[in-house]
Amino acid sequence: MSSVSKHLKGIHVDHCKNTAGQPIVQMPVPEKVYIPMVQHIGAPCQPTVAVGDHVKVGQLIGDNTAPMCAPIHSSVSGEVTALVKGMTAQGIVDTSIEITTDGKQEVAETVVPPTVGNKEEFLAAVRSCGLVGLGGAAFPTHIKYNPRNPEQVDTLILNGAECEPYITVDHMTMLEHAEEIVEGTKNILKYLNLKQAIIGIEGNKPDAIAKFNELVKNEPNISVCELLQQYPQGAERVLIYECTGKHLIAGKLPADVGVIVSNVTTVLKLQQFLDSGMPLVSKSLTVDGNVVKEPKNVEVPIGTPIIDIIEFCGGYTGEPKKILMGGPMMGRALPDDGKCIIKGNNAILAFDATFANMNPETACINCGRCVKACPMNLMPTALFKAFERKDVDTLKKYHVMSCMDCGCCTYVCPARKQLSFINKLGKSLVLAEGGKK
Amino acid sequence: MSKMKNGNLIVSSAPHVVSPVNTSNIMRDVCIALIPAMIMEVVVFGLRALALTAVCVAACILFESITRRLLGRPDTISDLSAVVTGILLSYNLPAGLPFWMAIIGCFVAIVIVKQVFGGLGQNFANPAIVGRIVLFISFATPMTTWVLPKSQQTVDAITGATPLGLFSKGMDVPSNMDMFLGFIGGCTGEVSALALLLGGVYLVFKKVIEPTIPVSFIATVFVFALVTGLDPVFHIFAGGVMLGAIFMATDYVTSPITTRGKIIFGIGCGLLTMLIRLYSSYPEGVSFAILLMNILTPHIDNLTRLKLNGVPAGGDK
Repeated sequence: MSSVSKHLKGIHVDHCKNTAGQPIVQMPVPEKVYIPMVQHIGAPCQPTVAVGDHVKVGQLIGDNTAPMCAPIHSSVSGEVTALVKGMTAQGIVDTSIEITTDGKQEVAETVVPPTVGNKEEFLAAVRSCGLVGLGGAAFPTHIKYNPRNPEQVDTLILNGAECEPYITVDHMTMLEHAEEIVEGTKNILKYLNLKQAIIGIEGNKPDAIAKFNELVKNEPNISVCELLQQYPQGAERVLIYECTGKHLIAGKLPADVGVIVSNVTTVLKLQQFLDSGMPLVSKSLTVDGNVVKEPKNVEVPIGTPIIDIIEFCGGYTGEPKKILMGGPMMGRALPDDGKCIIKGNNAILAFDATFANMNPETACINCGRCVKACPMNLMPTALFKAFERKDVDTLKKYHVMSCMDCGCCTYVCPARKQLSFINKLGKSLVLAEGGKK
Repeated sequence: MSKMKNGNLIVSSAPHVVSPVNTSNIMRDVCIALIPAMIMEVVVFGLRALALTAVCVAACILFESITRRLLGRPDTISDLSAVVTGILLSYNLPAGLPFWMAIIGCFVAIVIVKQVFGGLGQNFANPAIVGRIVLFISFATPMTTWVLPKSQQTVDAITGATPLGLFSKGMDVPSNMDMFLGFIGGCTGEVSALALLLGGVYLVFKKVIEPTIPVSFIATVFVFALVTGLDPVFHIFAGGVMLGAIFMATDYVTSPITTRGKIIFGIGCGLLTMLIRLYSSYPEGVSFAILLMNILTPHIDNLTRLKLNGVPAGGDK
């Protein structure tokens, strides 16, 4: 169970885990993939291939010498047919490499298991794998695993909370690959010289909890923490608190409280790379939503257009009006279904107009539901009033910078105010003001 | 870029789901919670009381609609807040009050207290409370001419004093059981503690209100009476304590947000109620107590601001 006696606040959202228990199926290679050169937080990659080049699975196709960057590999074998500039699923305008596939899925010669004997080689391996945080934030993993204060960092937390509604793919990944995840955990503990690992799993996945408990019963350094069935247990700051009792305040990194947090799928992909040498070229995700004919958990090559995935799942049953990349609480609404899968992507959800229509906003009645929901103990009602007045001092006084965009306040607001979005705007207002001084 | 089939999707910021609770169904639940007291007003005072409630509700809706239109703002009838105000105001009036007076009260509540300040959510005080206080001061005699319960009316006495009126004159007061059930003189909706408690339990069960304010309000009245050697049960059932504590002091707009703030607010209401009852010339103090605490609410909210998680006490920058 969770080690803290007083839990952080949160909300209860319908789980809607329609795809729970569905095995992850491999999607056939699409006709074309579009691999964006920026799929992580940090510097975009520069293409290392040109139009006309033949590429194979696992071959390096984009890199950058900037420290904050993760290399990008081809997910398919085929021919580079274009370098297209356009908006990616993240809303960033950058280059994507269009590869017309040949269906052979030949593996590149460079794909060989890395030799890892010490921390430096381990970190080099993590980088060359192209690994980024797969929970959604897409922070380059080799930077995260190399904190500035290694002597203070002693705990690895594995995020298996999967608190977003609909998404079940991490759950399935944990069931199908628990052994590899534990193996990967042991490697991280060994090479980063950490004392313990805690696997945090939300209580609505008892089978995954039981499986890990069984696997780690003879591992004194690895434990399982059953998290509350409450959103947002998987938010980094909430997870760290629930697993260790330590608070992570805004502007600090997990390493500042002695912790490294990785998604379970990130650890799995790392272990698979150590075993096979195959870098991060495919991503498992949940495909669901009320206009998807056959909701599924699928493993798809990175760069696959969303429309191809939907068609693999039986196509649409109605007209989609909102397509989300990620869950309904924190996912991003996409402008069209031609956008392509990136590394930090764990769900594609397509909904019709009944879901997508926005409710009209009414007046704040000061009911305090947002205050009772906020895991950070913020007061969104005061923040939105301060934002309406463009009152930067009050925004700071009420800690707008500590908002982690979890969306609990917007979810519970009976006046349908976009409170968490207003907090985002409030944060940029504070940052703009800071820039002026 | 790549092929696509649907290119005109709705893009909005996360989250993309919202809870089913909205302002209208919160207000609807408050109306439902007020039904037991409505039944009791008919049982105790007859259909005249129900007519008064109907007049107040109609007047509040009309005033709200007209004012919004004159101010060029969108109509807000559907949020049902005007209905709640109408019912509550009527519950704070004697059953025999002339309708035109009640309509003036509705005008004060909706137009002056609510809409002039910007509508729902912007009012500094509970509209129904202010409506009642203005009527009370303007029409002192009709507002204190208490219709007796039908069961206690005689050929030559259909009005009489409220239990608190009897108490302040040092006369015999009704039994606690009559007061609990509501067979006493008083405002239409405040007489039956039982009916109001039923409504309160419903609101807590439906998570519309937290019991914090009602419990701290009623407990303060109880303890105050106990300490001063009075009958505490009499004081919590008498006058507007139940109606005020459960339905008026819990108005979101004019009460504090945090639990600590709510406790301070409830205790303040209880203390002021008893101070007015025992030491002023008015027999009853609930309305004034709540109004005064409404005015203090922004300050209470400011003093009871939540501390950010992980920031040690005092380290709040």
